Amino acid sequence: MAPVTHLEIDIRQKSYPHVGRAPAHLALESLKMTLQGSEFVCVLGPSGCGKTTLLNCIAGLDETYEGQIALPLAPNGHRPVVGYVFQNPRLLPWRTVLENIELVLSPEQVRSGLVDELLAATGLEAFRHAYPERLSLGLERRVALVRAFAVQPDVLLMDEPFVSLDEPTAQRLRLLLLQIWRDRPTTVVFVTHDMREAIQLADRIVLLSPAPGTVLADIPVDIARGDRREAAVVEGFRNQLIRENPALYREL
Amino acid sequence: MAFRSSVLLQALSLVALLASWQLLALLVESRVLPPPLEVFKVMVAGFKDGEIPYHIGITLARVAASFVLAMAIGVAFGIAMGRSKGLDRFFDGWLVLFLNVPALVTIILCYVWFGLIEAAAIAAVAINKIPNVVVTVREGARSLNPDYMELAQSFHIGSGKTLRHVILPQLFPFVVVAARSGLALIWKIVLVVELLGRSNGVGFQIYTFFQLFDVASIFAYTLAFVAVVQVIEIAGLQPLEARVNRWRR
Repeated sequence: MAPVTHLEIDIRQKSYPHVGRAPAHLALESLKMTLQGSEFVCVLGPSGCGKTTLLNCIAGLDETYEGQIALPLAPNGHRPVVGYVFQNPRLLPWRTVLENIELVLSPEQVRSGLVDELLAATGLEAFRHAYPERLSLGLERRVALVRAFAVQPDVLLMDEPFVSLDEPTAQRLRLLLLQIWRDRPTTVVFVTHDMREAIQLADRIVLLSPAPGTVLADIPVDIARGDRREAAVVEGFRNQLIRENPALYREL
Repeated sequence: MAFRSSVLLQALSLVALLASWQLLALLVESRVLPPPLEVFKVMVAGFKDGEIPYHIGITLARVAASFVLAMAIGVAFGIAMGRSKGLDRFFDGWLVLFLNVPALVTIILCYVWFGLIEAAAIAAVAINKIPNVVVTVREGARSLNPDYMELAQSFHIGSGKTLRHVILPQLFPFVVVAARSGLALIWKIVLVVELLGRSNGVGFQIYTFFQLFDVASIFAYTLAFVAVVQVIEIAGLQPLEARVNRWRR
């Protein structure tokens, strides 16, 4: 039997109980999607539609949902490895760049030389012994990216990893991400509210509704990856989407 | 220049203290207030015949043992109570009780129950200190950053690595506060323990000199011991703190 390589998400309902005076909140409802092995899917939706909640459910940080999530099986039969790039980089300030990355690795992974390759690919070699507080936000996000790829994830979760960067820096990091992903393919769930970013990165865009989040549309991005560097191409695709679904994109 | 003038000021202050002591000793002219020079002579003699180093060594060993015991138990309980609401509610009453039992009562009870033995002495000191450590470390454990816990959990780094590399570094500032105030409290209680039920150590010696009304020796032991504690603070705790905090800007 071929190994299961796809990621299957079927969440019937995910709600947060009421706390104090805040009422209970229904975050996700009837959310079904399947990702093929090494597929790059962008989950696009307005703020507060439950995108981060979805990632936390996949990562196993939140198990209080109704439904099932089946992760792809790791090739060696081990528990599937999840890499997570959070919205803020979440580097431990008391550990250097290298120590932060090695914290999440197994001893074999530390010895494998993979970290050196990734640090070289991301231009971080000079900063390997620096403490995070001395780095710019852009550099910190690179480290978070390296950390997530260094665990050789079967599923990579990314939660708006390039927000609050200036556009040229964000753009450089997007290209960097695509380059690393091309060399080390893995299934990616990338959450964003930026349609241009989604068009640039994704094989497929899954559009979520405002809360409770459910899948509104499933849109393959059928532009050759080489053509997506052209702003005009991305813009054209975006305008076409908006023309086809005027109501959906008011918030994006 | 600021540094030199502050050193100068400190030296002046020390000289002024010694001068007032000398002046007062001259005015009183009594065996119960010996002048600085006499105390210094007693101290030199005590170091020469090895008496002072011996008793200070014994006392320091007791301080070290009860310090390690109190910190280990206090940090463990502090983390547990800071992380678990159930444990916190359960043990909070005990904590309030132990915080308010006078040191003297604990010492006497330990000696009565366990006898005049070394273990009872060290346990009594540790029991006095543990509640303070728990309160301080619990505060730290309550304020752990949930972002870092999620990071550890999602990457499955395991509970050992999480404790050592994610939780303890966040608690470190609280542990240092507990350690510093702990050292100051513990060495004072150790002297009382020695006075009440041991036959060596600085506390025992001071009790002996008290019975002889030998104030010069009391001064000599006290000053020597204060100096040793200061050296531990400056040469031990401060560099450790600087090393662990080197990542801060």
